[in-house]
Parts: sequence; structure tokens; C-alpha cells
Amino acid sequence: MNRPPEHIIEVRDLVKRFGSFVANDHLTFSVFRGEIFGFLGANGAGKTTALRILCGLSYPTSGEIMVAGHNVYRERESIKRKIGYMSQKFSLYEDLTVSENIRLYAGIYGLGRKYIREREKQLLEQLNLSEIRDRLIRSIPLGWKQKLAFSIAIFHRPVIVFLDEPTGGVDPITRRQFWEMIHQATKEGITVFVTTHYMDEAEYCSRVSIMAAGRIEALETPAALKEKFEVSNMNEVFLKLARREKEQHR
Amino acid sequence: MSVILSDISKSYDRVSALDRISFSAESGELFGVIGPDGAGKSTLFRIIASLLVPDKGTCRVSGYDVVTGYREIRRMIGYMPGRFSLYMDLTVEENLAFYARVFGTTIRANFDLVREVYSQIEPFRKRLAGKLSGGMKQKLALSCALIHRPRLLILDEPTTGVDAVSRREFWELLGRIRQEGITILVSTPYMDEAVLCDRVAMIHRGNLLDITAPEELKEYNYPLYSLRSKRGAYAYLDKIRNLEGCRSAWLFGDELHVTISSTDEVEGICREVSRWADASLVWKPIPAGIEDRFIELMQ
Amino acid sequence: MKRFAGFVRKEFLHIFRDARTLAILFGLPMVMIVLFGYVVTNDIKDVRIGIWDRSHDHITREAVSKILSSGYFVLAGTVETEEEIGSLFRSGGAKVVVIFDPGFERTLVRENRAAIRLMADASDANSAQLAQSYLQSVLLRYFQDLNQGATLPWQIEVKPRMFYNEQMKGVFMFVPGLMALILMLISAMMTSVTITREKEFGTMELLLASPLKPREIILGKVTPYILLSFINAMTIVLLGFLVFGVPVAGSLWLLMLESLLYITLALSLGVLISTTARTQQIAMVMSLLGLMLPTILLSGFIFPIDNMPLILQWFSAIMPARWFVVIIKNIMLKGTGMAFIWKETMILAGMTTLFILAAVKRFRIRIQ
Repeated sequence: MNRPPEHIIEVRDLVKRFGSFVANDHLTFSVFRGEIFGFLGANGAGKTTALRILCGLSYPTSGEIMVAGHNVYRERESIKRKIGYMSQKFSLYEDLTVSENIRLYAGIYGLGRKYIREREKQLLEQLNLSEIRDRLIRSIPLGWKQKLAFSIAIFHRPVIVFLDEPTGGVDPITRRQFWEMIHQATKEGITVFVTTHYMDEAEYCSRVSIMAAGRIEALETPAALKEKFEVSNMNEVFLKLARREKEQHR
Repeated sequence: MSVILSDISKSYDRVSALDRISFSAESGELFGVIGPDGAGKSTLFRIIASLLVPDKGTCRVSGYDVVTGYREIRRMIGYMPGRFSLYMDLTVEENLAFYARVFGTTIRANFDLVREVYSQIEPFRKRLAGKLSGGMKQKLALSCALIHRPRLLILDEPTTGVDAVSRREFWELLGRIRQEGITILVSTPYMDEAVLCDRVAMIHRGNLLDITAPEELKEYNYPLYSLRSKRGAYAYLDKIRNLEGCRSAWLFGDELHVTISSTDEVEGICREVSRWADASLVWKPIPAGIEDRFIELMQ
Repeated sequence: MKRFAGFVRKEFLHIFRDARTLAILFGLPMVMIVLFGYVVTNDIKDVRIGIWDRSHDHITREAVSKILSSGYFVLAGTVETEEEIGSLFRSGGAKVVVIFDPGFERTLVRENRAAIRLMADASDANSAQLAQSYLQSVLLRYFQDLNQGATLPWQIEVKPRMFYNEQMKGVFMFVPGLMALILMLISAMMTSVTITREKEFGTMELLLASPLKPREIILGKVTPYILLSFINAMTIVLLGFLVFGVPVAGSLWLLMLESLLYITLALSLGVLISTTARTQQIAMVMSLLGLMLPTILLSGFIFPIDNMPLILQWFSAIMPARWFVVIIKNIMLKGTGMAFIWKETMILAGMTTLFILAAVKRFRIRIQ
């Protein structure tokens, strides 16, 4: 008998209001364990707002939200211990070294010193960064920075990791290596929640949700979406959806 | 209105930002410069716009040298720097009027050129620029760059951080502007936008990897195949990389792009792949795209 | 707890790796202590004094030599007529004048008492007060010594009179100083901030890439502030007059012209700062630390310059505010004309030219 997939995130009727402006309008969705969940949408559609609520960085106006088995209203601290976070805009401290960054974040999540030392060595070897462990972050190339930031975000083996446009501006090889790392992480049981502007990255996701004007307009596997809109890639899906939006609002 | 660069080099604090870049863009061409952050795109465009002096090499815009002839050049170009550079506390109209005035013209004089772009933001013309969405700011910045009918448009990452629909609309606008005979230089980190250009220069870490027209990617010297499967392309990544004769394999959306070391190896690999029991597996040769070429040159 | 420790360690690393923060953390307190220590002092020395000895007798000569050898005073010159006192004060040649009436010794012997008159330039009320009290104590001590063992001690009465500021109102001193400070701050700081703001937002790039010449950009930035600062200056003068009764004894036109000169100086300083600062924050900090603090401390409007050690007096000489304060006081309180302030005006004009040239030279036509 098949067990139903475990829900790592459960959101029901999430509403977030800023004054009279509704940023999130009754969002309902779930994220299953081990999947790569793509959270797409234009700027201003409400993605970042929802992401911040799920990470425990802001309070929802109303709605039931459960992350990693914990209630978002009452158990924020428990949630923060079980999740990882990485964004394009900020990931690491520029004036600290590679090693200092690793140990800082690991320390914040309460990992033991010996454990950190061993894992740090492993990590640096994996990423080929052992030789530059004492170099300041500001002097290493963007691609290495982002890969390092991701590894640090999952260093404490969180249940789910939130990635906010993690591959902005990196070269095509790094981008793919990054996604290989994401795939590897899901193999190890980590659920990945990612937002991105690269439509080809949407193809890597198990399921994709597309937001517009505070609502979820579509939520399915990439294959199902392509079939539904009769197009061959996610970029076209997005465009068709956006055009449909525009027409409806005329 | 041509742009000719010859061995342009520029360093900051002993870090080389550009290393011997040479290329030329012809009159009326839509010329793209693609590369990731830190490739040197902005530095390159600032040199062409006469805002930075190169350490070595020369650059001529319509015959004028960017170092000595900057006064003439600045009269002829329309420049759109990264981050759009608009006055956030002025309205759309006021921004446009300012730039028209600075170039000694009026909005009305060249309105036909700007009309198409402007019509998309006209309903918001009394709104402060700071309150516009990313896509609107982008169009306003383009209007301001066009308002004096420049002969060369230099657009530095105009589509970065903007949603996919606005990006598509922006490139359609560029295509129509090009038809007016204006030479356009555009930089972007998005490889899929490269196909919309006449020619593309690929830059990585200050080095010019190649210049090519999107259709004529004859320079890809290896057989390229695509692998697709309902099980997900990632499932086969390690397997295929371990095959003898596989030069490289990378994720490309819902497929794998596999570069084979030489034509001799092709048969062997195809045979291997056919032995993998997967009815949904699709394995076929494909023409190389800009991104494939970029990755190949990076390695 | 380990979490917390790790975080604190990171904060220390940030601080020690940033040279600027370190300079402010440690450098600033040291500079301020030293500066304040030397500047804030109630001691006086080398105050220029004029002597009008109408008696020329033994006692007055001794009294004068006691005054001059006290270390507090320095002879500015001898006075022969009433008018000379006025011109001595107007030109700033002396801060106090001591007057012995004719037949001083004779009056003392005959009546056992005499009066000594003191005149002080009260356009600098604090200094005047101090000088006067020191002078009084020197004189009284001298006469006390004379009185030792005398059967009938002589009584000396010292009669002070304040010039230019009869009631010794502090506000008379503050208005000129405030004008210098406010105009400097507003003009310099505001100009520097508006130019660096364009740099920060990236619109400067666009301006440079256009046919606009650098001088057009600078002039365009500065013009609104010339107007606004001028209105500010006149408002201060008006308020000072209406509310506190601070007079404008001299020519209003001269006042306005000098103000314009000073405003121009401050604006060019602002542009100069903007060529060095990359962000608005840096520009503002440079303006506040580099201009406001030294202006308050060293321009002479709160703490007298003459009392400072030599090196600080030299620093004071390069503060434009110091010269402007002298000019304003002269025009408003002493009612002098250009004849007495041409030197200071020249200095300001010279500084202005210097700053303008430097600003224009440094204003890059390119980004670097």
C-alpha cells in the first residue's frame, strides 16, 4: 500500500495584507518531502512575501501554515532550527574567510565543534575549496560563493531549504553544478523550495507553482503544464499564462 | 555608426577586468554581449560610452576615439546603465523632459521614435519613477535613452531582474528600433536572449570567448546529443558522464546535452545508450546553441 | 550560548577588519579629548591692550609695567586721543584699553582714592569679561602691595565700559558665529550630498554620458543652494535684530555681499567634498566631522582663539568661518566698512578661488 507523501509544508488560505494592499490572497498548497518545489512568478506577484512567511521572517495576516511539522504562529523558533535559507542578494559575510563563514553558521545552528571540523573538511574537499579556506569571501568568484553558500545552508541537514533566486548572474557551468548539488541534496532527503527567474530551471522542479497578483494561477508538474498550454518549454508556459492574465484584467 | 574595439584591456587594483577585447559592431546591427556577473560587460560598455579610460587598446565610435573624442561621442549615444539610473523623485514625464532638454531637443521632436515604448508607460506619466514596477522603469529608461535620436544605443543589462514577459516585450521593441537604422549594443546574462541578436560576443572573466551569429554556430567542433526521459534527465547524468568517449554532459532543462569527444566515439555511445532499458528515453543529435558553445569555451 | 559566542566573535572580526570603523572608535575620542582640553580654557594670555596714560607719573608708569609684565597682556600701542580708542577697537588692534586720568598720583595722595577707567571690545563678550577681570586683579594686587604698611590705604576704583555691546549680551556674539556655522553646514553639506546622491543612484553616469559639460553640472547643482542659503542668511540677521536686538551698525549691502562670498566658498567646499566621497553617508560624515566640529571649536565664536596653543591658532587660520566671523562682527557690531575688513575679505576670496579650482579639477568627466 502506498503511503501518502509526507507534507513538509502545508498552507491553507494564506493571506498577507499590508494596509489595504493584499500581497498574498488565499494561497493554498503543499510541499512534499524530497521534492524540488519551484515557486515562480513575476516581481511583485507576492513570491517574496510568501517565502518570508514560510521562513518565519514575518507573520501572516491569516491562514493555516505548517512548516516541518510546526505551526508558524506559535513555533517559529522550532521552524528556524529545521530550515535552511539562502538568497541571491546575501549569502555570506564578505569580510570573513571561507572557514569563518562555515563555522559561524554551523555554530548558530548549535552543531558541536568536533562535528563542525570534520564536516568542514569534507565540504571544502567536495567543493575543491580546501586551498582557499582562509581567503576572504569578497575575493572569491561569484560561482564559488554561491555553491559555498548553498552547502552552508544545508550544513546542519535541515528538513527543508529555501532558496531565493540562488543562481542570479552566475556562469552557465556553475548554474548547472548548483542544480546538480540541489538534486544531490534531495537524494539525501532534503526538500528544496526554490524561486527563480530562469525558466529552464523550472524544468528541474518536481512541481511548479506560478503566482500572479497575489494568487496562485497554476500548480502542477512541468510536464503537465506544458501539455496543458500546448507548448514545448516552461518559458512559453509562463508567457501564455501572463498573456491570459493581461486579457482577463482588461 | 560603427563601433570598433582593438585590444581593449582594463584592470582594477591589479585584478584584470578586461583582457585584450577586440571586435566591431556594424551600423544598424543589434549586437549582444553575453556573460555572467563579473565578466566585464559593464566595464566594457562604460569604455565604449567614453565614461572609462581603458588601460590599453583603442576604441572608436563612429570614427571618434573614446579617450580624445568623448565630447562628440556623448552627443551621439543613448546610454542606459545598469539599475536604470532614473530620478526616483521625478515623474515619468519630468524624467523624459529633462533628458530631452539636456540633449537640446524636446519630447515632441523625436516622439515617433519613442512612441511605441512610451505608449506602454503613458498611463503612468504623472507617477513618480520610484513607484514604477521593474518593467516600467526599464521602458522609461529606454525612452530617455532614445529621446534625442541617438545613432548608437548602449544598453547595459536592461533585462536583468525583470520578469519574463517584460523581457520578451523589451526585445521586440529593440528589434523595431533597430529597423530605424540605430546601432544597438546590449549586454545580458540570459543566454536565451542571445538568439534575438544579429551577432553575439561571449565574455567570461574579462576574456572574449567568441563572436558569432546565433544561427551559424558552425564552430561547435563536437557531436552534440540530447537525452530525454520520463524518469528525469538527472537520473542519467552520472551514468553518461562515466561513459568512455563522453566529453561532457550537462543539465539543460528537461534534457541532458551530451558532448561526445569525437565522431568516432558516437557509434559506441549510441549503442550503450540503446542498451539502457527505458522505453521513454529519447536520444538524438541536436544542433549546438549559444549556451552549449559558451560552456564548451569555458572548459 | 555557543550560538551567541559565535555571533559575538563575528562582530569583533567585522570591526577589526574595517579600518574606517577603527579610526572612529579609537582615533576620534583621542582627538576630541586633546582638542577640547586645549580649546576650552578660561585662562587668558597675550591679550592686546592699549594704554592711555594721561598722567605719566611714577605710579601710573609702574602700574603699566606691572600690567605688561603679568604675562596676560601684550602692548598694542599707546593711545593719545579718544578717537584712537575707537579705531583701535575697530581694527581689532586691541581688546582692552586702560585709561589713567591726568594727575593720577596727585589725586591719590590728596584724596586717598582714584579711578582707573577700562574700555573693552565687547563684541566678544566672554573675552572682554575675562580680560577685564584679569586686568582688575593685576591692578588691585599692585595697589595692595603699595598699601602694605600704609596708615591710610589708597582706594582704587576700576570703572569698566563695554564697547559695542553695552549690556554684554551673549547673543550678540552668537549671531555672527551661528551665521558662519549654519551657512557653512547647509551650503557645504547639502551640496556635497546632492552630488554624491547622483553618484549613488547611478544617474551621474547618465549625466556624464550626455553633452552636459562638467561646469554646467556643478553650476546647476549649486545655483538653487546659493539662493536658498542667501535667504537663510538674511533671515538669521532679521531674526537676530527683531527678536534679540542685534544691530546692523554698518552697511547692509556690505553684509550681503560678504555673505554671498562666504556662501560661495561653502558651496565650492561642498563640491570638493563630493568629488572625494563615494556615497551620501560619507559626504555627510565628512561635512560634519571635517567642517562642523572644527568650525565650532576653532572659529573663535565660542572659544577665544588667542588663548589656544600656537598650533591650534594656525589651524584656526585655515578655517574660513574664523575670518567670516570677524567680518560679520565688524559690520554688524562695530559698524566698520571695507577699509577694516579688506584683509579678511581677501583671505576668503582667495580660499574660494582655491576651492573652486580644486573642485573643478577633481570633478571627473569619467567614472573611476
